[in-house]
Amino acid sequence: MPQIALDQQLLDACAAVMLLLSFAMLSQRRIVSLVNLYAVQGGALATATLLVAWRTGEGHLYLSAALTIALKVIFLPWLLHRLIRRLEVYWDTEPLLNVSGTMLAGLLIVVFAFGLAQPITQLASTATRSAIGIAVSVVLLAFLMMITRRKAMSQVVGFLSMENGLFFAAMSATYGMPMVVELGVALDVLVAMLVLGVFFFQIREQFDSLDLHHLESLKERD
Amino acid sequence: MRPEDWLTQFIEIVAALAAAPIFLGWVSQCRAWLQNRRAPSLWLPYRNIRKLFHKEAVIAQNASRLFRLAPYVVFGTMVLAAAIIPSMGTRLPLVVSADAIALVGLFATARVFMALAAMDIGTAFGTLGARREMMVGFLAEPALLMVIFVASLLSASTALPAITEHLATQTLGLDPALAFTAVAFTLVLLAENARIPVDNPSTHLELTMIHEAMLLEYSARHLALMEWTTALKLFNYACIGFALFIPWGVATGHIGPLGLAVAIPTLAVKLALAGGGLALIETLCAKLRVMRAPEFLATAYLFAVLGLLVHVMLGARG
Amino acid sequence: MELLLLLGLPLAGAAVFGLLGARREAPEINVVFSLGTFLAACALTVRVIREGSLLLWHEQFFIDPFNLFLVTLTAFVALTTSLFSRPYMRIESVHGRVTPGRLRLYHSMYQLFSFTMLLALTTNNMGLLWVAMEGATLSTVLLVTLYRTPGSLEAGWKYFILCGVGIAQALFGTILLYFAAEKVLGAQGVTALLWTHLDAVKSTLEPSVLALAFVFLLVGYGTKVGLAPLHNWLPDAHAEGPTPISAVLSGLLLNVALYAVVRCKILVEGSLHSTLPSRMLMGFGLLSLVLATLFLWRQRDIKRLFAYSSIEHMGIATFAFGMGGPVANFAALLHMTVHSLTKSAIFFTVGHAAQKAGSQLMDDIRGLITLSPTVGWGLMMGSLAILGMPPFGVFASEFLILTTAMREQPWATPILLAALGIAFAAIFGRVQPMVFGETRLRRLPHAPALLPVFTHLAIVLLLGLYIPPYLADWYRAAARLIGGP
Repeated sequence: MPQIALDQQLLDACAAVMLLLSFAMLSQRRIVSLVNLYAVQGGALATATLLVAWRTGEGHLYLSAALTIALKVIFLPWLLHRLIRRLEVYWDTEPLLNVSGTMLAGLLIVVFAFGLAQPITQLASTATRSAIGIAVSVVLLAFLMMITRRKAMSQVVGFLSMENGLFFAAMSATYGMPMVVELGVALDVLVAMLVLGVFFFQIREQFDSLDLHHLESLKERD
Repeated sequence: MRPEDWLTQFIEIVAALAAAPIFLGWVSQCRAWLQNRRAPSLWLPYRNIRKLFHKEAVIAQNASRLFRLAPYVVFGTMVLAAAIIPSMGTRLPLVVSADAIALVGLFATARVFMALAAMDIGTAFGTLGARREMMVGFLAEPALLMVIFVASLLSASTALPAITEHLATQTLGLDPALAFTAVAFTLVLLAENARIPVDNPSTHLELTMIHEAMLLEYSARHLALMEWTTALKLFNYACIGFALFIPWGVATGHIGPLGLAVAIPTLAVKLALAGGGLALIETLCAKLRVMRAPEFLATAYLFAVLGLLVHVMLGARG
Repeated sequence: MELLLLLGLPLAGAAVFGLLGARREAPEINVVFSLGTFLAACALTVRVIREGSLLLWHEQFFIDPFNLFLVTLTAFVALTTSLFSRPYMRIESVHGRVTPGRLRLYHSMYQLFSFTMLLALTTNNMGLLWVAMEGATLSTVLLVTLYRTPGSLEAGWKYFILCGVGIAQALFGTILLYFAAEKVLGAQGVTALLWTHLDAVKSTLEPSVLALAFVFLLVGYGTKVGLAPLHNWLPDAHAEGPTPISAVLSGLLLNVALYAVVRCKILVEGSLHSTLPSRMLMGFGLLSLVLATLFLWRQRDIKRLFAYSSIEHMGIATFAFGMGGPVANFAALLHMTVHSLTKSAIFFTVGHAAQKAGSQLMDDIRGLITLSPTVGWGLMMGSLAILGMPPFGVFASEFLILTTAMREQPWATPILLAALGIAFAAIFGRVQPMVFGETRLRRLPHAPALLPVFTHLAIVLLLGLYIPPYLADWYRAAARLIGGP
């Protein structure tokens, strides 16, 4: 087996951890733990970004790693925890669809994502290209999570996790997007969360719950 | 094969037979320490076995021949399994004669006999235990095979000695695929050996017991063999884990006295550490409801498959 | 300079409303800002007509005939909608449906929404285009939920989640685009997302990656266009939000999203040398058209009815862009223009009608012609126009699309004709009793603001009868730019 450099090994490990965390989120019932898992995933993403920055010497990646830490590891989890406390959904758990079934679907999705990423991986010239498949898996798993969850808060965490995956994809395929775009994306995510915070209070005020089955009345009626 | 190899093989089997109860005793001791209890003696399993051998066997009237035969079959399979696993050297005659899949088959045989014997008397508990055991086994086996499959992918062989040699000669590295499968293997080990999140070996609570329920009708020498088998199974699983994930210290060439002199102490150290780790897990975890056991094993399977996928994906480096 | 004004005014407006809070004259200030934006757009138009395509601010902004006409259209409809919203929102607050705090949010977000749309149209950077589109979603989510009713909250949530997920797909597509471009344009990434640069090298971009990118971009931006099967958010958001917002969503946001799709299609088609993007656009367009016309039959809420009609017309335009070629592109551009004018006019009248009847259910709205002849006639004319009756402009564009389809894609013609026929029957059958039926409601005291309605309809009528030569040149230039197989 050819010797693989240490930073490459660490990068692989970060990628694997991100994938693992996606599965953990998929199977997590408690909303507080879900937010914590999201924060850890942000940490893994930031670590990977730092490693790539150090390896390639691309200055803007340091900045984007700092942004990731500030936003995804510290601020957004803090905001979500605060929302959870203020909305008193602290002990919210939700019944999941059959966990084993969801996991199996998740595995199939990973296989599909790998197939999807194959052509890109082959064309890429970055050292991190092997992680593209994992990044796509993270995106699709977050998508699966959004489909299978019924609580508003879990759907939001799924949405954020999807954004993590996209960010990771950008980093592993091209060492990140141009700075102005990255800043714009980060701003959008931030604003989206603030809007959602307001939105949650509105839903709560109206329904006394964040369960989305209240939001199923607008259907096509005969 | 040289005749010395047969001698070494013999030593390995004897060592396994001797060490297995001590290992079980060690795990109980660690557990007791961690739970602030006075620890039982390390030799307790031995004394137990000796005591049981001196008793007169009582067998239910309606027991068939299968019931008497089962302890010997099960014990025999476990001893054979212990011979196959490269716990000390990879070039031993029995070790090279079978691959990992045969090993899984041996464990399955033991399980089938155990379950049949438990159902033989026709008591409620025996049947219940057998049913639960089969459920656990039915879910644990694919996970175990998956673990072995990943390890074989890494070394391009399903033979345990080849896997061990491959990993032992490789430079130390961080391989996420292997890490995932190691977790999966640990989960399978816990489930298969009736350890805590799935079963509790030190209780006879009827609602939860799995393994103990199958042994209720046995006594004396039969029970002694069964207990010994339990210890041996745990020992075997631990040795499989060492062979797959931390093979350093196992003699890779033709083993001589020097090789043995290295292999035996390393094995002892690994066992001591693994026992401690096992006790720690058992202390930290709460017992799951029986109905949650499939979920637990599905997690194990998931980890193993994740290991496989990560290996394939990260391996696509071109 | 013009561009600075164009983008700066709405942004400043958003800040002003956010800081000043709820003033009594806020609606008038809103009109002033929108008017300023429109004037800036006119100035920009004059400059582009005089000097040709523009690249501004380190190539970050790019104006060509294609986006210029959309910029002007957007600024114009934003202006007329602000005129309409002035009395409309006053009445809503008299009825107690909105508080002063929410009005402040409304005006601030209205300006921010204009800003994000203009940014999306003028930017040359595909990444910024994405950011602006996401911004447009975010700024309108809280507008959709302005009334805080259970229905509006549900609509807002659906809008947020569906468009959020959709736009995430588009981001992935953008990443893939950047990935392909980086190989050709160099790794420093400064120019690799600029559309003009991409356009210059599009034939050397890696086809397999671009094909994948296009799938994601089409799904992503297509969600915002309201293309089936990801159209679910659209009727809800239109029906539950305030009517001025329905008008700008339908008239403007869908256009901007379609603009994004077409920009991507130009790049991908240049790289692929195949008809895959065209076929995908045609397929999604037809699917949306057919599904929307089928759903038209089942509607009881008037705003939902016209929301589905928007999906239908976006389907037609998408189909036309899919066919490609100068004539079909010309027709599609014209269709975007007339649809956005007509549909916003219809929403204006619908808003007044629903306010008068106190309900959005079509069964409750009756006899508009006796209640208020202008509203009644406005709705009737608007419906006739949107249904493609001559001599309105929609007829011209649909006729062009149909004849092109007969020549280029004969198989699609029966589907198009059948869908248009069904849509005609569905909408006309419902609008007719609303306008001419019996009513017991009394006439309401306030006068409706119908100047925007008739301005829009007049322009649509004019476009149906006579397209001014400079406008036609403009369309032709844009159509040539879009190209096609």
